Amino acid sequence: MPTRRRALLVILLLALLGLASLVIALAAGSLPVSVADIGHALLGDTIGDSAGNIASVAVEVVRSLRLPRALAAFACGALLALAGALMQVLLRNPLADPYVLGISGGASVGALGAMLFGLPALLVHGGAFSGALAATLLVFGLARGEGSWTQTRLLLTGVIVAAGCGAVVALILSIAPENRLRGMLFWLMGDLSHAASPVPALLMLALGLLAALPFSRDLNLLARGDLTAHTLGVPVARLRGGVYVLAALATAVAVTTTGAVGFVGLVVPHLVRLAIGNDQRVLLPAAALAGGVLLTLADTLARTLVAPQQLPVGVLTALIGVPVFLYLLTRSPRT
Amino acid sequence: MTALLSVRELEVNIGTVRVAAGLDFELQAGQRLAILGRNGTGKTTLLSTLAGLREPEAGTLLLSGESYAALGLRRAAQLRGLLPQGQLDAFQSTVLETALIGRHPHLDRWTWEGREDEHIAREALAAVDLAGFGAREVHTLSGGERQRLAIAALLTQQPRLYLLDEPLAHLDLNHQIAVLELLSRRAREDGVGIVMVLHDINLALRHADRALLLFGEGRTLEGPVEAVLTVDTLSRLYGHPLREVRVMHDGGQRYFVPG
Repeated sequence: MPTRRRALLVILLLALLGLASLVIALAAGSLPVSVADIGHALLGDTIGDSAGNIASVAVEVVRSLRLPRALAAFACGALLALAGALMQVLLRNPLADPYVLGISGGASVGALGAMLFGLPALLVHGGAFSGALAATLLVFGLARGEGSWTQTRLLLTGVIVAAGCGAVVALILSIAPENRLRGMLFWLMGDLSHAASPVPALLMLALGLLAALPFSRDLNLLARGDLTAHTLGVPVARLRGGVYVLAALATAVAVTTTGAVGFVGLVVPHLVRLAIGNDQRVLLPAAALAGGVLLTLADTLARTLVAPQQLPVGVLTALIGVPVFLYLLTRSPRT
Repeated sequence: MTALLSVRELEVNIGTVRVAAGLDFELQAGQRLAILGRNGTGKTTLLSTLAGLREPEAGTLLLSGESYAALGLRRAAQLRGLLPQGQLDAFQSTVLETALIGRHPHLDRWTWEGREDEHIAREALAAVDLAGFGAREVHTLSGGERQRLAIAALLTQQPRLYLLDEPLAHLDLNHQIAVLELLSRRAREDGVGIVMVLHDINLALRHADRALLLFGEGRTLEGPVEAVLTVDTLSRLYGHPLREVRVMHDGGQRYFVPG
């Protein structure tokens, strides 16, 4: 029986984990920073005490390099996990992820197209975001064509649009000049070293949770089927439209910030569901926090594992995600 | 007194197939109505129209004197419940959680299920012989147990009008009778209305007060079971000759058997 106390406990625990992961992300790196210096950096007192220079370098590294990157990782991991959980309810399919409807495909086409023409970073982000929105609108419009809106129709439309985007991405990669290929590949795998400002992702995360949480019991019913939900008083069509828009926006913002990081949106909602059940009132905030923790830690590994070289974080989330997911699949044949 | 369900000049179509035309009937509190008809005549479509889940092509439909539009989704969900035909769950869930979904229309947005709701759900599970199943995963239940769980979720909803699509599907004989007796008791003691799609004429005869026959092409017949369920109408309904048997030591109870 779901109780509010248990939910709060789970969320509190994950929030603490989230804080811990952020502290680790701020402390770890080629220049190790002590927790005390992290405190100085965050609280804004720059007094360098006896060690003078070292401390102020550490403060600078934390403030202008590690903090924005860690926050971007946390926010995007949380957005992807939230969007994944929402998509799984929307499609009533535990195998759905935020990219299944072609959002990352559209973003990839936009971002790589901008890179192909050597446009500045801001326009690459802009291209990713417009590509994501264009793919979303295309899928939504096509799937709604007949007025009826079944999961199968939506899923098929999304998968086909994603396949089309994949072809365009392959085309861009094959005609792109050598010196731009590396950046494109990193973008496709997800990479935080050129991450945009974390502010849009953080705002979107707050907005997403604020918009989704009031409807989380309605979402529980939607997961059981349109008929059941409608009978019990859920405005099914409006809710599904809202969930779709929200998941698409969350995914678009995340992909714009970090590139197409894989597996967070698929694996995290699953892990959380296995641990605490499928009550969206707990699942949505818990998945968001767990997704933030995973991507923050994965990105910390990505920039420290073979330092000074950086790995694309998407490679790490996939390397972690694939075995975990396969293990879950073999362990619970019911899903 | 306002009828629980009032249907006037109702027209229902599925695509080009006419289910009902000019259908008129009323269901009072405490009455049980059985809907009978061949496969594909639109029994399920009619039931979802009565549940307000789809618009009728014409006519009016009043639940406790109000239209579904005036009631709104939430009030409607407090007044009428629907047992759909076999629903598959995509996600795992326990039996108690599944029964508790019936509380949704009774809870405010931020309110969680409390002790009282759990009590109602556990009573409902016990009423369908699923006491002690609360912590079981739904996926581990048999088809008949799942059907009883769906009925328990409907009981947990505590509606005034029960709309049931083949409530006896997958149930063994003892549970078929137990469910019909449970519904009859609710009608008698709590004054709820029951509308159920049945395929067993003899059970309809014993456990319903009224019957609605769907002949196809929009032709319908509604009335008290004694008047509506006859050899003539039923043979016409199913396109197969039937015979009537009276069992004397059963108080002269009528039974229909295929001829």
